[in-house]
Parts: sequence; structure tokens; C-alpha cells
Amino acid sequence: MTKIDKNIFKAAWSYDDAPESTDHIQIKKQYDLYIDGEFTKPVKGKYFDTFNPANGNKIASVAEATTEDIDIAVKAARKAFKSWSKLSGKERGKYVFRIARLIQERAREFAVIESLDGGKPIKESRDIDIPLAANHFFYYAGWADKLEYAFPNRKAKPVGVAGQIIPWNFPLLMAAWKLAPALATGNTVVLKPAETTPLTALKLAEIIHDSGIPKGVVNIVTGAGETGAAIVNHLDVDKIAFTGSTGVGKYIRNATAGTNKKLTLELGGKGANIIFEDAAIDQAVEGIINAIFFNQGHVCCAGSRLFVQESVAKIVIEKLKRRLETLIVGNPLDKNTDVGAINSKKQLDIIENYIKIGLNEGSEIYQPECNLPKTGNWCAPTLFLNVSQSNRIVQEEIFGPVLTIQTFRTIGEVIEKANNTPYGLSAGIWTEKGSKIFKLSQKLNAGVIWGNTFNKFDATSPFGGFKESGFGREGGLHGLKPYVKFE
Amino acid sequence: MIPNLKNLPTFDKVGVHERVDQFRKRSIKNTSKAQGLKLALSMIDLTTLEGKDTTGKVQQLCYKAMHPHDSLENIPNVAAICVYPTYVGVAKKALEGSKINVASVATAFPSGQANIEAKLSDTKFAVDQGADEIDMVISRGKFLSGDYQFVFDEIATIKEACGKAHLKVILETGELDTLDNVRKASEIAMYAGADFIKTSTGKIQPAATMPVTYVMLNAIKDYYLKTGKMIGMKPAGGISTSKIALQYLVMLNEVLGEKWMNNEYFRFGASSLANDILMQMVKAKTGFYQSPNYFSKD
Repeated sequence: MTKIDKNIFKAAWSYDDAPESTDHIQIKKQYDLYIDGEFTKPVKGKYFDTFNPANGNKIASVAEATTEDIDIAVKAARKAFKSWSKLSGKERGKYVFRIARLIQERAREFAVIESLDGGKPIKESRDIDIPLAANHFFYYAGWADKLEYAFPNRKAKPVGVAGQIIPWNFPLLMAAWKLAPALATGNTVVLKPAETTPLTALKLAEIIHDSGIPKGVVNIVTGAGETGAAIVNHLDVDKIAFTGSTGVGKYIRNATAGTNKKLTLELGGKGANIIFEDAAIDQAVEGIINAIFFNQGHVCCAGSRLFVQESVAKIVIEKLKRRLETLIVGNPLDKNTDVGAINSKKQLDIIENYIKIGLNEGSEIYQPECNLPKTGNWCAPTLFLNVSQSNRIVQEEIFGPVLTIQTFRTIGEVIEKANNTPYGLSAGIWTEKGSKIFKLSQKLNAGVIWGNTFNKFDATSPFGGFKESGFGREGGLHGLKPYVKFE
Repeated sequence: MIPNLKNLPTFDKVGVHERVDQFRKRSIKNTSKAQGLKLALSMIDLTTLEGKDTTGKVQQLCYKAMHPHDSLENIPNVAAICVYPTYVGVAKKALEGSKINVASVATAFPSGQANIEAKLSDTKFAVDQGADEIDMVISRGKFLSGDYQFVFDEIATIKEACGKAHLKVILETGELDTLDNVRKASEIAMYAGADFIKTSTGKIQPAATMPVTYVMLNAIKDYYLKTGKMIGMKPAGGISTSKIALQYLVMLNEVLGEKWMNNEYFRFGASSLANDILMQMVKAKTGFYQSPNYFSKD
């Protein structure tokens, strides 16, 4: 019999560098706080630096807002609320629509800055983050004058001043998720981007300024955890919307308990990605890749726990390993890059620690050969095979390009295991049998369930979690609700 | 023996299209582009399959095959000339002394609606005339009516009649309707003895598409893993520009890899592609796009 060389499929043709040009973007050396329609210096005069995670170079320094600045921002928002909340929905919608158009017009600049500051591949920021962000503003602009249809027979009123704290994994997109529904329903906002990725939110502040929206309606303040705490604890904030880690989410829920603040939390996850033997296997393998290596696994709804039916486990893992070899890891600004840089040194340490834990637990690790750059924060795509439900790497969120692989035998078993987690944000089901998808989507305790795909987002679709993944929904009609109250 | 078609992998159309878009998004520049263009040119089966073909037309095409663009140095020849059986002799003579193969369509191309005797004599005639490669069509009617054994036996019979000539099996994917059917037909063809599997005759729309080619490349991959035998791939029809050809090569590179990146295992069935590649090569050399009038149309 002919000898079969399982490693025959190595790609031979290597692609030349195809870097996206950066000379068209404008980044200031120093950014101030956007409060009451102006860029203002922080009261205490403190600044911090933001870095390019792919090479460690400083990009700009950014103001650190303290309690004093937050107070000024909230006051500005409160003042603006008086007239903004009385503006007709039609007029509010015009501003939101204008912001959407302005994002589209400067999409390329946003994409490059997003990749520079956050480390995600340019093809993702170009094709997913930025278009989706514009999409959200367009979508909610449409609702602004139709709230009586969204909530029939009830009079929906804006909540007031919303404090919004967003994460570093999808900086502009998360800003859009938060701002668009809040503005469309007549709230005013104090928004804080994450300290490692503040630049696109500050660029957004410029656009919002250009849109002519009344001053004080949107205030964008930068800083780290303490700045966020100042927003959460400010007495004149009516609503907190937070996306980020479960730990911080718990702190916020504690802090807002006993106050009149409305709260939505979108927290961590440990999504189950379930491959049945009757799935389209090659597409399922692509789905696994997209579920865990999209945005370096810095995705709260990542499919980080893979469940493969035992009868196809061998073939799926073989195909998956082979596919990993063709992933291009490197410069986020290169148009051919599939997996970019880890967002920060801090996050890299967390991921590496979990890899160590996995090894100590005796799990079998697999990483493809890839030449990681010498400087910057990098982690090779990682698989952990032969793990079980009781492994820590299976139970805890890693938030990086690390996938754990378990096998299952029956539908009942996989439902039990998929739900056996403190989280409940996302799940994926791969089978060519439609009825199976319907059955599982009834039983899986997750806010988002994808059938034969993964990590797909749309402004019209609600997103949110159960259990420790948080509560409240963003996107779609559901996304309006956290920003209104009824008389 | 006909393989078990019950346990074949299935394909999800949305997923396949999404994957193909990833190949399309690869940005091929500078030296990798130059390599890709050369490779693509060397993989072309320069084709004329028309009722109005004549000896003169075929002779001119053969000259073009040997001299794609003499003012460019160090460029490869195309892989083969593809003609109807009646012009195999003409092409063979015109290409004498070159390493360019003569491929001939056979088996009642393009419809395949003839009895096996007619198909066999069609094939034998082409082989006797000196064809190095035979491009046969499968009986799509039989395939769609579920008579897989018939399709399998027919391919096996033609393979035998080919002798030393390589056999390319045209699935005519534009008539097979689903990706799962494409996979099934690929499987039948490979197990029946195909050296190459080929998408289309070029007479039916859609002809070659990237999703269909992706499914066939995966079939080739799985077949290799089962049997250790390398099967070639030929998308044909509709690949008219360098840009599209490079996207196919990216897909080939990332699905099957280096062993398949040559004209022994990959071909483009095309006629106007060659000139577009040449135009790109001249652009790379001079920095300017030339008018199409500077490239010979044979």
C-alpha cells in the first residue's frame, strides 16, 4: 500500500507582507477628557500612556479622570438631559444617524487605530468591528421616533444619566452598543473606555462633536478601575451599563445595591461549542477556529469549551490541528494576519498562567509551529486535549486563544456538561439535522445560541447572558428596554 | 469498487462560502504575486472548444502556447492545449518538440448523452491521435437519478481505454445543484480511476466557482488520507483574470499545500486568463498597464 504522509499538506507559498497603510490616520500626542462638548484637561492633571500591544511602543498619552472630573461630567450630562430628553424622537434620531454616517466615512481610520491600539487583526476591525459599530447607530437611529411601537400602549421615558463602562476587546463596537440605544431613547451619557484601548472612543468623541449633538449629551472620560468606580458610585447617575469581567460586575452590583440605579451587566463566558457526528465536519472545524481564535479569543462569548461527539473526535481533532498550521499569527496591521497580538501584558500573564495550570493538571497541549514576533504580547493558538469537566481550564474563563476539547456520547450528556458552568452567555451547535438544533437551543442555558455558525453579530439581534454572564440585553428591540422607564 | 457514499462528509453552503471569502481576502503582493502569476501561467490548459474550430485556429493557439509573450523573459509555457478529438493530430504536430501536452475532451462532450460504445470510440480516437490527457464528462442524468454504479462503471471503462493518457473527469458541477452532490461525484470519480477531477465543461453556467472547487479540494485531501494517492484538480470556465486565479492558488496552498502547487496536480481550464496574466507580468516589469492590443489574441 502507498505510504500516507499526514503532514503532506503544508502550505509552501508564503505571502509577502501586506501592511495596511497608517499614514492617513491622525493621532494626537495627548488626549483630554471629552466633557460638556469640549476636550478638557483633567482636574488633577494626570495622564497615562496607551501602547501598541504588537510592539510595545507608546502611541499616545491619555487623561486620567478622577472623582472630580466624573462629577463635572455627570453634572454636564444632567444639565443636558433637561433639553435632550424633551427633544422629539425624530430630531434625536437625526443625530444618531449622523454619527453612523460619520463612522462610515472614516471607517478606514477607525479600523487602523483599533488594530494599532488593541492588537486585533486589521481584517477583523475593517470587516467586523467598524461596520457593525456603524450598523448599531443606524439601527437605533431608526427606533428613536418609533418608541411607541416598541412599547405599545406604554409611555416610554428616558432613564436619565447613564454611566457606561466598556471593555478592551471590541472598543469602538462596545461604545456603539452602549451609546446608540441610550441616545435614541433620550438619555445622556458618561462613557468610559478601557484603559488599554481608549483611542477609538476618543476618535468617536471627535465625530460626536462634529455631529453637532448638543453639548453634554455625550461625555467620554478615560481612566482605569478607579475612574470606573467613580462613575458607578456617583449619586446622580441613574443607570449603569457595564461590559467586562465577572469580578468587576460583582463589585458593581454590590455598589449599586440599595440605590435607585438601573443596572445591566454583560460579563464573562465559557461558551460550549458542540459538534455532532452528523455535522458538516469541515465547516465545523472552521467554526471551532472562528469560535476561539476570533480576536485572539478575547471574546466574552467565545466558544472556549469544545464538545465533540466521540465517534468523530479523532477526525475533528486531526483536521483542527492541520487547520491550525495555516493560521497566520503576527502583525495586526497586515491584511493577511488571522490572529493578532494579545491586548496587554497583564492579559498575556493571565493566559500564560492558565496554560501552566493546564499543563500542571496533566492535560495534553497542542500548539502549531509559528514564529511569534520577538517584542510585544503574543500567544500561539493553543489546544488542550483530553480534558474533563473538573479541570480548572475548563471551568474558568481564560479570555485568550486557548481551547479545551472534551468528548461526549449522547445529547443528554452534552446538555448537562454544557450547562454545568457558572456562565451562560453563548453556545454553538453543529449538526445537519435541524430538529436537533431546535431541541438543544431549548435546553441550553445560554443567551446566544448559534446553529452551524459562531460569533455572528447583528444590531437587530439581542445579546446578553444568564447566571454569572450577567443580565440585560443589548441589541435589537430588547436593547431599548434598559434605557427606558414607564410611567 | 464503488465507495460507500452513505458516510460522506456533508457540506454547509453558508460555511463554505464564508471560508472561501477568507481565501479571497488574502492580499498577494510583490514577490509572492510574481511567483503566483508564473505558477498560474504554467498551469493553464489553453482551451478552444467550439463548433467553429479549424486547423488554422488550433495551430495558432499552439504557437501561442509555446510563445506566450516573447518580449518577456523567463516565463513558463502553459501546461497543455485542450481541443476536440478531431484536432488532436493537428495540435500534436504543431507542438512537436515542446513539452506542452495535448488534452482532448471526449465521451460526447459536453452533454455526455451517448451510449458507451460511442464514448469509447470517441476516447480511443483521441488517444490514437496522440492525446496525452483525456477530459471526459460524467453522465449527469444517471448521477441525478441515483444510478451511481453506472457513473462509476463508465468512468472505469473510459479509464481503461485511456491507456497511458491521463484521465480528467468533468463533473459539470453547474448541473449537480448541491455541494453534497459535488462531493459525491468527486468520490465516485476518484475511486473509479480519475487522475484529475474537473469542475466544468465551460458550456454550462455556473462553470467553476471557488466554493465548488473548495469542496473538490477537500475530497482530494480526504482521498489522499485514505489511499495515499494524489489526485489533481482542474477548475474550468469563468476564471478569466489573474486576480481570480491567484485566489484559487491561495485556496490550493492552504487546503492541499505545496505538493499540489504545480501543473502536474493543478490546472486552470481557461482561454482569456493567459493574456490577463501576461498583462500583469508586463505591469510588474514596466509599472504600466498596457492596452490589450499589445497581447496576441489567438
